Amino acid sequence: MDKLVAKTPCDGLLPLTVGSVTLSEEEAVTIHSISPLKGKQKALSDVLKAAHGMACPSANRATGKAGARAVWFGPAHAMLIGPVPDVALMEHAVVVDQSDAWTVVRLEGAGVEDVLARVVPVDLRSSHFKRGHTARTPLFHMTASITRVGENAFQIMVFRSMAKTLVHDLRRAMEGVAARG
Amino acid sequence: MRITCPYCGERDRREFYYRGAAVDLDRPAPDADEAAWDDFVYQRENPAGPTRELWYHEGGCGAWIVVTRNTMTHEMIDVQLASEAQE
Repeated sequence: MDKLVAKTPCDGLLPLTVGSVTLSEEEAVTIHSISPLKGKQKALSDVLKAAHGMACPSANRATGKAGARAVWFGPAHAMLIGPVPDVALMEHAVVVDQSDAWTVVRLEGAGVEDVLARVVPVDLRSSHFKRGHTARTPLFHMTASITRVGENAFQIMVFRSMAKTLVHDLRRAMEGVAARG
Repeated sequence: MRITCPYCGERDRREFYYRGAAVDLDRPAPDADEAAWDDFVYQRENPAGPTRELWYHEGGCGAWIVVTRNTMTHEMIDVQLASEAQE
């Protein structure tokens, strides 16, 4: 049992480039869900700001930047991605380690919106969906979290068990867009 | 059909799981009599017109919502969070 090797969800699957779009796995970091206690939203946001330099994201938004992000995940539910949460957060919220539970990938390149348009029903064009915007939405048949992290870059999260399906579905979409030239 | 999630905005109805009539928000007390529990568990209206239903946004943010829908016209009349809904 002392020879176990830690593998990331997309180990052996990524990176992958088709046409102008690249799909790669984000560096494995700690991921914690943060659920504020009733009436503690503001206090939690203040502590999060002091400890990790970002406010609690409001609905459909993400705060922070690469390496330390807070992504809205649903009502009274955000994911802290990157930093190990300060214990002071636990006064105002329920914090649960979910580091190994999620596949986190980055889809990037010219035409990335066309690729996502094939598998996501939400309008992700930059006129509607700017940097720092996030959406909980299906990606093909999976529930996913999609965040714009750059002009032509998105962070996509699905359950870890769906890593291979995610890569398969995105590859099909990337190939479809590339085939049109 | 399209349902407007209070958080996510207008989404396809297939993103939502249908729970049933919005009676769960009006649960009888544990010591309520048999008739009250029978009513709660089994007795349902089948209205031709506006009806209040519980839906779950499983393909999105995970919110439980109360949807008021017209069964005759499929018109979505109102949507509110179950946590804020009152009978």
